[in-house]
Amino acid sequence: MNTTTVLFYVFSAVLLGAAFGVITARSTVHAALYLVLAFFSAACVWMLLKAEFLAIALVLVYVGAVMVLFLFVVMMLDINTDSLRHNFWRHFPLAGLVGALIALEMTLVLRGGFDLALAKPLSAADLQLGNTKLLGVEVYTNYLYPLQLAAVLLLVAIIAAIALTLRERKDSRHMDASQQVRAKKADRVRLVKMDTVIEPPSTPASPAAPEKS
Amino acid sequence: MFGTLTLSHFLSLGAILFALSVIGIFLNRRNLIVLLMAIELMLLAVNLNFIAFSHYLGDMDGQVFVFFILTVAAAESAIGLAILVVLFRNRESINVQELDSLKG
Repeated sequence: MNTTTVLFYVFSAVLLGAAFGVITARSTVHAALYLVLAFFSAACVWMLLKAEFLAIALVLVYVGAVMVLFLFVVMMLDINTDSLRHNFWRHFPLAGLVGALIALEMTLVLRGGFDLALAKPLSAADLQLGNTKLLGVEVYTNYLYPLQLAAVLLLVAIIAAIALTLRERKDSRHMDASQQVRAKKADRVRLVKMDTVIEPPSTPASPAAPEKS
Repeated sequence: MFGTLTLSHFLSLGAILFALSVIGIFLNRRNLIVLLMAIELMLLAVNLNFIAFSHYLGDMDGQVFVFFILTVAAAESAIGLAILVVLFRNRESINVQELDSLKG
């Protein structure tokens, strides 16, 4: 019995329990918190596979950023959970069948096992470098162009998310600088040619004028 | 039972996780936020498979793929949540079954 194996079973149990919590939690906030636990346990499993950089990136990016975003959105929206959970378990037989089929098919594939003898393990020099450095070398040499594409993709995602959710407030009084610069004299002043008219001096109202009743 | 870990252990874990999130998509067919969370769980299961193969085959390319999948998944969830917020502003609901205005 191996410490790593015991740890694997512990982390797997927590991961699967948290995943079950995500899909059955009564409140959406609980589901988000279960998802945080699931990501964290998955990061621990990745540590067992000696993928330290990705495990830490998962905790930083997912637990730190994406899940906070999820929690913000969940708390911002006033969701009526009861109407969403109407007939919650109705499709469970079908869902359970599909899930069991997926797991069963995967087991059938796995029973044969894989021919890992063909694979050559990492050389001792590579192991000396460490996971993060190996990944960095790989990304910045063979995958440089995809890395730039990923950066552009993130930029597009930022702009799209801001453009989707930005809205002008109707009651704010602000100056539009570009509109001010574009203003012409003709927009502001209008000169009107008029004939000169000499008005007769107004006569004071005569006292004999008939009084309005 | 507690032998040494093999590739099949990790692949089984990934398969069970994937199956669980498929069940989650069936159960939470109305709640859009939990649907997004189930998709995140699916991506996690796929990433687990990539890393397990990468470790047992001694090939770093699998981990590079996980790196890019993480990037794309983060962008996807950000835009998905932005669409969700706009949807809630317009419809006052995130019930998937009420979103039928394209049905004609």
